[in-house]
This record gives sequence, structure tokens and C-alpha cells, in this order.
Amino acid sequence: MQGPTSFAQVKKHHFLKFPHRLNFYDKPPQDDITLEDFETFAIERLRVLAEIESAIVRNKTFEELKATVKTQSDKHLPLNSNTARSIDKDAERRRDYLSHFVLRLAMCRSEELRRRFVKAEMTLFRIRYETDDSAEREDFLNTRDFGWIAVDATEKAELEKQLQASSSSVTDIKKETFYKVRWTRVPDLVEKRKVFLKQGWAYVPGREQSSIVFQEFQTMLEGALERTAKALPRLDEDTRIMPILSHLGEGFLSGVGVASEYASADGLGGDDVKADMIDEMARKHWPLCMRHLHDSLRKDRHLKHYGRLQYGLFLKVVGLSVEEAIIFWRKAFGGTMTDDKFNKEYKYNIRHSYGLEGKRMNYPAPTCQKIITQNQPGVTECHGCPYRHFSTDRLQTALLSAYSGQGLTTGDLPEIISAVKSEHFHVACTKVFEVTHGIPRGQGLDGESVTHPNQYAAKSRELEKAAHGKDEKME
Amino acid sequence: MADKMDVEDDASSPEVMTAFYQRLYPFKSIFTWLNHQHAPSRLFTHREFAFTLPGDTYIRYNSFNTAEELKRQVLRLNPSRFEIGAVYNARPRDKKTLRAGALAPTLRELVFDIDMTDYDAIRTCCTGKGICKRCWGFIAAAVKVMDPALREHFGWNHLLWVYSGRRGIHCWVSDEEAMRLTDEQRRAVMGWLEVIKGGRDTAKKVNIRVSSRKDIHPSLQAAVDTLRLLFPELILYDQDCFAEEEQWKTLLELISDGDTATKLRHKWEKDPQRSSAEKWDDVRREATNMKKDGKAQFDKLSASMEDIILQYMYPRLDAEVSKHRNHLLKAPFCVHPSTGRVCVPVDPAKVGDFDPEGVPTVGMLLREINVARTDGGAAEVKQETPADVVEQSDWEQTSLKLYVDMLDRHVQGIMAETRRIKREAGDSSMDF
Repeated sequence: MQGPTSFAQVKKHHFLKFPHRLNFYDKPPQDDITLEDFETFAIERLRVLAEIESAIVRNKTFEELKATVKTQSDKHLPLNSNTARSIDKDAERRRDYLSHFVLRLAMCRSEELRRRFVKAEMTLFRIRYETDDSAEREDFLNTRDFGWIAVDATEKAELEKQLQASSSSVTDIKKETFYKVRWTRVPDLVEKRKVFLKQGWAYVPGREQSSIVFQEFQTMLEGALERTAKALPRLDEDTRIMPILSHLGEGFLSGVGVASEYASADGLGGDDVKADMIDEMARKHWPLCMRHLHDSLRKDRHLKHYGRLQYGLFLKVVGLSVEEAIIFWRKAFGGTMTDDKFNKEYKYNIRHSYGLEGKRMNYPAPTCQKIITQNQPGVTECHGCPYRHFSTDRLQTALLSAYSGQGLTTGDLPEIISAVKSEHFHVACTKVFEVTHGIPRGQGLDGESVTHPNQYAAKSRELEKAAHGKDEKME
Repeated sequence: MADKMDVEDDASSPEVMTAFYQRLYPFKSIFTWLNHQHAPSRLFTHREFAFTLPGDTYIRYNSFNTAEELKRQVLRLNPSRFEIGAVYNARPRDKKTLRAGALAPTLRELVFDIDMTDYDAIRTCCTGKGICKRCWGFIAAAVKVMDPALREHFGWNHLLWVYSGRRGIHCWVSDEEAMRLTDEQRRAVMGWLEVIKGGRDTAKKVNIRVSSRKDIHPSLQAAVDTLRLLFPELILYDQDCFAEEEQWKTLLELISDGDTATKLRHKWEKDPQRSSAEKWDDVRREATNMKKDGKAQFDKLSASMEDIILQYMYPRLDAEVSKHRNHLLKAPFCVHPSTGRVCVPVDPAKVGDFDPEGVPTVGMLLREINVARTDGGAAEVKQETPADVVEQSDWEQTSLKLYVDMLDRHVQGIMAETRRIKREAGDSSMDF
């Protein structure tokens, strides 16, 4: 069993098992891993990757992207440089390393997943590469043979004129080191005529060498994913791992990085929500899926089973107690329903969802991922994700009628619709949140995008409170 | 006699095409060219062929174990032309038995297609489907830029240039590295080579300069230097590209220095008879004066002049053909259905002397065989030919021989490299 590094390097780097922050992930893990770590590591990495994807889709600049990734990484997947003290760097790096390989298993299974995974991983690698300490980076690069040949002084002098003319990014050719590689390894530089080519050799200026590294990373990962895809069917028998992998894949496809159960109304403690407050809260704070359920409930005085489930659990997490929930639903169904019927058919279900009946499970409110991928709504049902399940026309009308009071105009629609068309539903929802809460474009919910309806509502309430607090102070 | 000639000249006649494939088409040479060695390898057996039948039926995903099999199928289907595609990871003819999407291209010559149609906005001699010795000048200029670029920049040696039968030229690169290129790398080659960009509504189609810098990329400088020498002959005299008002107005739009353009406009408006060469001289004179006066605009104007040379003469490539491995391209030595001309190889060193109207037609070649047949000596040779269908080589008695010999010499070069690679790699096969 080979560890990821040779003995000599381990020694040199003060016995760190992972001497570098950067990793090419070219040696598959041989260690044992608990099933729990297997899943949690992967979910944490997936969160970071999902944020990268949504940032790219939202056309953030590379600088903004870097900032987003830094926030997300610090939260979910910290990775410190060798200079960091009193931190278990090996543990961080092991987590990074293992999570990458778990996600490879989950993401190799379709062309679409592979493509998106490679893109997100490439971006993550690139950001880490560019933010890495330059000495450490140099050290890391030296451990790999990229097959680049330094151009010697004689040849450089001979080709000086050509090198100068072909390397537009270099101002002083004399100070720059050039490397020769087969041009096929730097197609991106060749495509843009950023190098000098002679007999199939590309003369790459030192500052573009990252291009070779990124290209190498991409080629390596693409190849590895294809090989993994071929080998994966052998795992089919493993009933512990396959469901986890499917779940991770779905999470990535729906773009929401497997949001975990949303903890109940955090930060808003002591805030008892009463049944009669719901109307106002819905108007101000609900995401479109819940607005739609609420409005349908008011209009039809009824909701079908999955609608009640989706909305009921959402309200529970918002902070509606079981007593208030019973009042809320009883009133909502109105006079057409007898008390007897309500008590028999509905009260039990409400109490059940609060974990007071049956097997007494404290059911979490469904995440966006669950809403998007499971229990697709039928023709008479109102649950689901409007961005996912509405037609474009219907969605536009719904958005305008729900949010025009909060500043959403027809001018905002094209961007929202285009996110929907590219199936980035959470991006569309985040965009709506930004517009209706006067948040600068691209900032989302503290830099994150919407992954859970309760997160949307909680953030919205938090903002209102903050604004309210400010007003009070000013008085 | 006259009637008979008419029949032979009709490339749409099934009898003519059968006779052509039976007696003239050099299957053996084409086989070794694609296969890189004598014993059939995957380069041939996993290679896609597509047939175009009369009435525009198109049959894809054919593949053959040997040259004989290919010839038999060609004779059976009698296509008006056939095309050559990629080498796949399995035999293309087994496509239906494979899992959907499992058949993927692995290797393929890097190909280029230059078509006269893309020059219609510039050429003045003829339009649309026509081609003449005069507009061949554009193709010749394109080859003179492309051929050294592929050899010197990319280091490839096995380039086969083939006349497309009517108004263009194809290039097939058979070097091992070129065969192995991924689609992404092919796209990079096109990015490297492409200069002319923008549609009909873009006046300036050449944008190669990095903001303030004077120098252009050395690869483009080499192209400019080559084309500069051909510019007067082709653009100014032969094609007379700036004679009409509409034409010289286009020219003025490309001059980035506004003052110079205005000055020249007044001058040319007053003198409608001014020739293209005189107009270009006017531009050059402006530049010379600026240089003498040490004016800063000189750099700008001379840059414009280089861009103009590129815009009028730089190769206009059909990029899609080159970018994807699974794209098909008409096989060399096919007959162009409307001209009857055979798609013969072209020597890039002599491309300027190539006359498309001098290329043998299928009718001409069949008549040459008939003449040879009636000549006793030749008939005797004929009888000694073995019955093997592929070895039947009546082309040796026709003017096609010159071209088949060209292909054979080219193939010798490829096979020598294959042997060299095999030697170097020990005994691992060239099946890639």
C-alpha cells in the first residue's frame, strides 16, 4: 500500500503525510474510511463545488469567485498552508483528498456530471493554485515531472525577436524564463496565439506555466473519471455506498450541494410565530414555492397531501408551534370542513409531522434538492419548485404578482428566466432574493445561494430585523 | 465517335462511374495511405467510409477489412463519390450492435478544406460555382501560407494536398501526432491558423493586433511576408480588386487612419479610371511620406496595409471540417459529379502552376485506356495482369499515373515513419 507521498518528501516536510496544500489527486486512497466520513467529507466538498458552479453561472468575476470560494472553503473545507500553526494540516488535507475521490465516484456516472465536475474542480484547483504561497507552490510543482524543458540562454538569444513578438503578456523578455513543451499540452495557449511555435514545440513564458499545470490537471481528471465510470458497475452490489453516491450526484445536478436539514429558526429565538402572523410573513419573507402554496391554500381553502407536507414542515421550522399549526390549518380549511373531519383526517398528520404520533420522528423540512427532484407535482397539486415545475409564462406571471410589491420588475425577468432555462433553479431563486431585498447582484445570502426554503425565509426575516433595529437606534 | 465521347464525359452515368472504379481508381494506394503499412491495421479496418449514391442517398458507418472489400462494395453501390472519416474504437459497421454512444472516434488525419466560395466577396474573375486558372491564385496563395505553417510551426511532414474537383483544395495531415489530436487540440490548431473572422457585415475581418503593440505574432508576420510578394500580381493586376467604386470604398474602410482615408477618397472620386495598382501606390506613397516626416501615424497605416494584405489573401478555412474528428471528407481520386474532374493530389511546391482546367476528367481517362487497348503492346501487358481486382491498374496507361505516383511517393514517406516509430517503440504495434 503506497501512501500519497514518498518517504523522502515526508522527511523533508517535517513528517507531514501530505506535504503540500495542493494535490493532483493522482494516487487513489488506500486507507480505510468510515462510512460517515465518506459521506460528510463529500457533502462538504460538494457545497464548495456547488457554490463555484453557481458563481460561474451568475457571471461573477474571477476575483468575486475567489472571495466566494474562500468563504465557503473556510466554512466547509478549510485548507491551510504550511505556515499555519496549531492546525492539523494533515487532517485538513486528508479530508480534501478523500472528499475528492468520493465525489469522483459519484460524479463519473454521466457525461453531464463529469463535465460539470471537471469544470468545478478545475476552478477550485486554479483558485487554490493562485492563492498558494509561491514558495510552497514551487515546491509542489517540483514534485511532479511536467516534462517542460527550460529554454537555454543560447536558444533564447537566437529566438529573442520571435519570443518577444509572440508573448504579448511579457514586457521584459530578458527577465522571463521560457519553457518548451509539446504544443498539444497547451492547446489553450496555442488557440489564442499566446506562444511561439517551432516544430511542434511551444515556447511558454514562465508566467503562463500555470496554463500547463491546469491543462494537465484537467486531462488527468477527465481520464480518471472515464476510467472510474468503467470500473464503477463493480460497486453496484454495495448497498451502503450506492445510495450515498446517487444522492451526491443528484445534489450536484440540482445545483444545491446537498443542503442539510435546516435547523429551526436559528438566531431568531424567542420569536413565537402565531398562526395569524403567517399571512404577513408569507407576503414579506417566503420564497416563491411557499408563496405559491400559501396563496393556493388561501384561494382553494385546501392543499393536497404533498403540498401540506411541504408547507407544514416549512412552517414548523419557521417556528410555528404544533398548537399554532393546528389553529393555522383549521382556520385555513375554513367552514366547509367539519371539526370532526379535520380532527380525524388532518390533526393526526400535523401532530405526526411534529413527531408527536407514530414513530415520533422529528421530520426535517425538505431541502431545495428534495423539492426539485422528488415527488414531482401532478396537475392538481401545488407543491414543488416553481422555477423547476412552472412553464416560463406561468413563472413570469407568478413572479410579478408575488414580488412586484417588493421591487421586482419585468426588467429582472430575463436573467431569472435564463438561469431557469439552463436549469440552475437555485440561481434564479437567489436572484429573486437579491432583487426583492435590495442586495447587490451576486452577493446572494451572505455569499451563498438558496439551498433551502427556510434559509431564504430566515435570511429575509433577519434582514428585516436588522433594518428595524437600525430604525429604532436612529429614533 | 462524337456520341461516344459524350457518354464517357458524363460523370453521372453509372456505366462511366463503374468503369472508373473498376479500371482507374487507385484503391491499393488509397489503402496504404490510410493504413500506414501493408498489413491491414485498425487504421483501415476501423475506419469509417461514407457513400453518396445518385439521388443523394448517403450511407454512413461503412468499414472494410481490406482494400479488396472496399473496392467490391464501391463497385456494388457505384456511388457518385465516397468520403473518408475517422478511425473508431470499434468497427464502424458494427455500430448497431454496440451500446448507444459507445462508438467513438479515436484517430483521424487532421484535415483542412479551403473553398473558393469563401472568396466570392473578393474575387472578380468568376462567381459561385465557377473556377478558372485566375481564381486558383487565391488557392495557391493559401497553400503557400498553410503548407510552411503546418510544417514549421507544428512540425508535421506528411501533408497531402488534394484538388477538390471544382473550386477548392483539401489537405490531409497523416503525421502520428496529427492523427492523435483530440477535438480540443484540433480547435486550437484552427484558432492558431484562423485570421479572417466576421461575416458579410463586418468590414474589417482581420483583428490580430494586441492593442498598442506594433509587432504581430511571428507566425502571422511570416504569412504577411509571403503574401506581400503575391499581392501585386493577384490582387492588383489579375483580380483588379480595387477598380470599382464599391471595391475601393471597402479598401478605404480598412484604413484605420481617418485623414489618409478621406484624402484618398477625394483623389479617387475625381479619377474614376485609376487602376487598382495606382490606388495601392497612392496608399504606399502616403505611408512613405509619413515615414519621412517621422509621423506617428505611419505605424498605424503600415499596420492597416498588412491587415489588408491578410484580408484579401490569407487562407479562408472551413473551420468545422477541421475541428471534429468525426467529420467526413471526400476521398482523393473521386470524380467531381458536375465537372467530371478527378480529385488529384497537388504538389504544394508547384501549386502556382497548377491548372484546375488541366486536371484529367473521367471521360478523358477512359478514352486514354481505349487508345491503349487498341495498341497491341499495351494489350499484351494487360493480359499478364493477375485477376486480383485491386491490382488491376489501367491507370498506369493514362495521364492519371502522374498523380497516383505522387500519392505513392507520399505514402512511402508515411510508411517509412511508421517503420521508424515501430523500431523505436520496440515491437509495439502501430495500431495505436
